[in-house]
Amino acid sequence: MMHKPVTASEKSKPMADLTKCRDILAKCTSATSADLIPILQQIQDAYGYLPQNVLEEITARVRIPLSKIYGVITFYSQFSLEPRGKHTIKVCVGTACHIKGAPDIKKKITEVLHIQEGETTKDYKFTYEPVACLGTCFLAPVMMVNERYYGKLTTEKTEQILKSY
Amino acid sequence: MKNLKTPDDLDIYKKSLEAKRRTDTTRIFICATGCKALGAEEVCRAFKDEIAKQSLAGKIEIIETGCQGLCTRAPVLTIEPLGIFYGRVTETDVPEIISRTIQKGENIDRLCYSEAGKRIPYVRDIPFYSKQKKIVLKNCGSINPRNIDEYILRDGYAAFAKVLTDMTPDKVVNEIKNSGLRGRGGAGYPTGLKWESVRKAHGDIKYVVCNGDEGDPGAFMDRAVLEGDPHAVIEGMLIGAYAIGAKKGFIYVRAEYPIAVEHLKIAIEQARNLGLLGENILGTSFSFDLEIKMGAGAFVCGEETALIASIEGKRGMPRPRPPYPATSGIWGKPTNINNVETFANVPVIFLNGSGWYKTIGTESSKGTKIFALAGNVKNTGLVEVPMGTTLREIVYDIGGGIPGRKKFKAAQMGGPSGGCVPAQHLDLPIDYETVKAVGAIMGSGGLIVMDDSTSMVEIARYFMEFCQDESCGKCVPCRIGTKRMLDILTRITQGQGKQEDIKLLKELAEVTKTASLCGLGQTAANPVLSTIQYFSDEYEEAIHKKETQTSQHNPPKPE
Repeated sequence: MMHKPVTASEKSKPMADLTKCRDILAKCTSATSADLIPILQQIQDAYGYLPQNVLEEITARVRIPLSKIYGVITFYSQFSLEPRGKHTIKVCVGTACHIKGAPDIKKKITEVLHIQEGETTKDYKFTYEPVACLGTCFLAPVMMVNERYYGKLTTEKTEQILKSY
Repeated sequence: MKNLKTPDDLDIYKKSLEAKRRTDTTRIFICATGCKALGAEEVCRAFKDEIAKQSLAGKIEIIETGCQGLCTRAPVLTIEPLGIFYGRVTETDVPEIISRTIQKGENIDRLCYSEAGKRIPYVRDIPFYSKQKKIVLKNCGSINPRNIDEYILRDGYAAFAKVLTDMTPDKVVNEIKNSGLRGRGGAGYPTGLKWESVRKAHGDIKYVVCNGDEGDPGAFMDRAVLEGDPHAVIEGMLIGAYAIGAKKGFIYVRAEYPIAVEHLKIAIEQARNLGLLGENILGTSFSFDLEIKMGAGAFVCGEETALIASIEGKRGMPRPRPPYPATSGIWGKPTNINNVETFANVPVIFLNGSGWYKTIGTESSKGTKIFALAGNVKNTGLVEVPMGTTLREIVYDIGGGIPGRKKFKAAQMGGPSGGCVPAQHLDLPIDYETVKAVGAIMGSGGLIVMDDSTSMVEIARYFMEFCQDESCGKCVPCRIGTKRMLDILTRITQGQGKQEDIKLLKELAEVTKTASLCGLGQTAANPVLSTIQYFSDEYEEAIHKKETQTSQHNPPKPE
């Protein structure tokens, strides 16, 4: 499991608007610790990541210490404490994709976007992350940009797709 | 939609649906799940537009289904009652399909499945389908999963109604025990025994959980079942809940499966509206309801104690067993956890009887198994075969063999917990025991075919990288054992191997296997051990070649 330490830049980040967070929390009035993950998932959907001041709001409302919330966030790869790019590229690194050339696709993405796995481009256009398996092995090698699948990739095709965004 | 008040109401409702059903239409079943990635939505839209344009509304019906299995031909469709199967269909083919195939009864050659240069238009003649036995997947690909009526028309919820009226919970447990059904999530524990221990466990509150955290790379059986026939899983859970005495259930689904979550939400809502979920179901004293829990991206959550921690809102880390979830699960209450495919097997056992079910499969493993066939094989897709089918039948008869002029080298079974089965075991009848005997595991059903261009040391390294990344870090043997094995394997693949590496790998594998806390660590070394067992020459070669390799390859990456 990758741990995502809070960086120094985290502290200087602008405060996120709390309206969306309050709307989400208003819907779970009797929230218990079992609701923490669903709440975080909704927050991440709404903000694109988990801003620190929003997390502070949650801890006050659901009465779970911030340290515990942080523990949960850093355990699951879906959650991000950093702002993410406009588009998320998920490259499948499952077995079928691996034997059909996923390593070359990964190399190409790094080459074109100048970022490594788990990073976001400087202009916040793309966040690039590998995913264990998209469960669409017949499309191998495959990647998803946001909700859209791109299958039977080649390095040329990958470059074209990235440039189309 | 009306609320069903008695078990008989279900039958009356089904008959009313049958009466309304038109029999004179041509039905086109289009996969609208997996095939979406290659343009199924556009094809659906084109059909609907064309039907409107030509005023064919009463004559042609479009049914958006789940996976039809032959994913390699995506987007696929089946035309009934003609029994024609078309693949790689695009929007531009639509007018021709209507004018030639539906109106004139002609086949369009370019869209037909072909094998050895022969075009095979009919589903019944395509070996991929004719060699399978669909019990669990019987509805998958032939009903609209977003409409409960279509499930009911296929005897849906009839098994549950029968259980509710005619059987005591003990009788239900016995029927499952007698069927010989074993857990399809990988370990193969007898489902009846599990149900019995949860039934006997003390406590007023009990839970039923469906494990849909299908995380093995290369496995997509559960995704297909949840997307294509969600009600079968819900019905299986209802029967399980009745047997053990649970009022509440959870379905834990991977976050990477948005369509499965959507279809489940619709299915649960429709079942509630009909009175098949909720208080006093079908007018009886039995109450049960379901909640969907979405995973957040952690492979280890497929392990049952980790899954429980995740449902409780904690870091998904496993804990030692005992106590088993059967006595102490969610919030310390007795909890029954079964896999998606296991639950989907339940309704059919009660519809046809355990005696019938037992006739399928082998001595120790009853029923069928769904495999996700992928990798270097012609027909990538979803297949369901009786237990005891040989690997050769799956790879060659159903899978169509290896593409190009390459040769079969091994089949990777059971994902990162499994192993590589080499060519010498192609005629092995597959069941839980035989697969284990050759160093792999049945696992959830991922089956990746590898041709002779695949490096087995690299495959072992790949799986170890996966396990190391997903190791939750709680126990030392798994956290450090996987890391050290990965270091060695990486070194070997980069031409830095040492003579003693094989011995060291075996030793580390043994320790990690025996001392790890949960299944992840206990099985993480399987891919290494099985590749060393069958392909030790490749390891030797990689180690000995180091001189030449170092000059060819880039230097190892710094950590």
